[in-house]
Amino acid sequence: MSGFTFAEKALARAAGLSQARAGDVLDVRPDLIFSHDNSAAIRRIFEQLGAERVHDPKRMAITLDHAVPAPTTAHAQNHAEIRAFVQQQGIAHFYEVGRGICHQVISEEALILPGETIMGSDSHTTHFGWLGAFGMGVGRTEMAALWATGELWVRVPPTLRVRLSGTLRPGVMAKDVMLRILGDLSVSGGQYRAVEIIGPAVSQLSLDERPVIPNMMAEFGAMSAYMPPDQAVFDYLEARRARDYAPLYPDEDADYEQTYDLDVSNLQPLVALPHQPDQVVMLREALGTPIQQGFIGTCTGGRYEDLAAAARILRGKQVAVRLIVIPASREVLLRAAQTGVLADLIAAGASIATPGCGPCMGNHLGIPAPQEASIISGSRNFKGRMGTSDAPIYLSNAAVVAASALCGRISDPAEVI
Amino acid sequence: MAITTHRAWVYGDDVNTDVIFPGKYTYTLKDKTDIAAHALEDLDPSFASQVQPGDVIVAGRNWGMGSSREQAVTCLVYNGLRAIIAESFGGIYFRNCINQGLHPIVIPGAARLLHTGDVVLIDDEARQVIIAGQAFAMPPLPLSVQAILEAGGLVAMLKQRFQG
Ligand code: SF4
Repeated sequence: MSGFTFAEKALARAAGLSQARAGDVLDVRPDLIFSHDNSAAIRRIFEQLGAERVHDPKRMAITLDHAVPAPTTAHAQNHAEIRAFVQQQGIAHFYEVGRGICHQVISEEALILPGETIMGSDSHTTHFGWLGAFGMGVGRTEMAALWATGELWVRVPPTLRVRLSGTLRPGVMAKDVMLRILGDLSVSGGQYRAVEIIGPAVSQLSLDERPVIPNMMAEFGAMSAYMPPDQAVFDYLEARRARDYAPLYPDEDADYEQTYDLDVSNLQPLVALPHQPDQVVMLREALGTPIQQGFIGTCTGGRYEDLAAAARILRGKQVAVRLIVIPASREVLLRAAQTGVLADLIAAGASIATPGCGPCMGNHLGIPAPQEASIISGSRNFKGRMGTSDAPIYLSNAAVVAASALCGRISDPAEVI
Repeated sequence: MAITTHRAWVYGDDVNTDVIFPGKYTYTLKDKTDIAAHALEDLDPSFASQVQPGDVIVAGRNWGMGSSREQAVTCLVYNGLRAIIAESFGGIYFRNCINQGLHPIVIPGAARLLHTGDVVLIDDEARQVIIAGQAFAMPPLPLSVQAILEAGGLVAMLKQRFQG
């Protein structure tokens, strides 16, 4: 009998079973469930169910992050309904406007730990793979069901392995690794599957860089993603966690559908062209494309090292076009303020906004005009994503965004420093 | 009547949830008619005004990739869509369909066999779909999942549990 993948082990544990195999349908009890600005809509579904109280308020988190501070009365009303619900139900973990983006905040608060299972009403819940947790995005109705019952059916997915070897060159970031994977295997490469990101290059990634890959596994179509947690992760969690945990690792002889090997040593910065994250080209092929706006932020590309990479390029210079910088969390913002990174960005002409999703999904804080092109450190460049249908979006790492904002066209950081 | 007739809207591969239902509306639109009116806005502006109850979508690979937003399913349910037939679905989208009682039917290559406006026959008893004269079996779903679909979705199913 072959060994077990991480997904098989984690879902068996979350279902209270001794073992499970890909294809099994299980009733899974996640260790944490979370939602964000969509919580008011979820509450309306929850009320239809006829359940009075949520099943376990201690295992619930809600962040306000997608449109913060509220840009319109309708958004404000939405937030107000959520606050009232949090009070009424005694939700244990609630994060107000300005605390940051759900995935970043829940990681910083160590609300989910290695070997655990988390479900969020957000497709980027794959993010928590960076902690060695099983994270899965669900729809609003499923979240209402989770609130009411604490469990949800899951079909255990087969697993694809991504094995990373080698060492990244300076100027190449985790974002480029992920864009390479998407370019090679397409946006449907991970469909219905879990992905294990393994190999010697994983431990070389800084803790700020690691989440980028499992996060963007949502763009790969993956149901969940996993990185084997190492000492650096355990150290990060030590001062933050409120309970014990037991990490899970896949067996050597587990069954994999496919293994994709990538030597990251040869990678160069990449760009995804409109309107899909797998339309990937080498940065040099996109050089010179005029852009009217840069955006550094999101759960994918708004951590401290993204801001620091941008500051290194912009220090002492002036941007040629609008550059919007939105830290992924208050912790990121504070650190950038303390190290001088923030001052460098402001002095270079960047607009700084409240930690949250910003213009990532077109709610506010940097909606492009028709025909205006943006280059962003986020994860999605679908048509209309930032709120305007005919406004092309390019994806790259944060350093390329900064260099491009400096020049008003897609530019190579190595050439502007 | 076991066999029903449906008009098809045909689309390609990798249609994402942002073009099915734009993110900018997700926290502000609540009314079913309003949500229905923006269906496929950035993919096919003629859809919302011309779709009729009972129509089906026939698509290529990875229909509904991207975000978890459920309105990308409900905007179609509110327009009376009968089913979505696709080569494959985004994982969360597939689950959202089941939970909304909208049947996601996996049939490889279907979109290449017909054009928008052509007719698709669904034979629920024989669990078949007939496209361009060819019969395709509907892939079976796990029993517990089929039960959700048959109850009319997850809300209807849980209502039975909580309200008896
Ligand atoms: S930053 Fe963008 S991708 Fe991340 S949770 Fe917010 S809207 Fe979604």
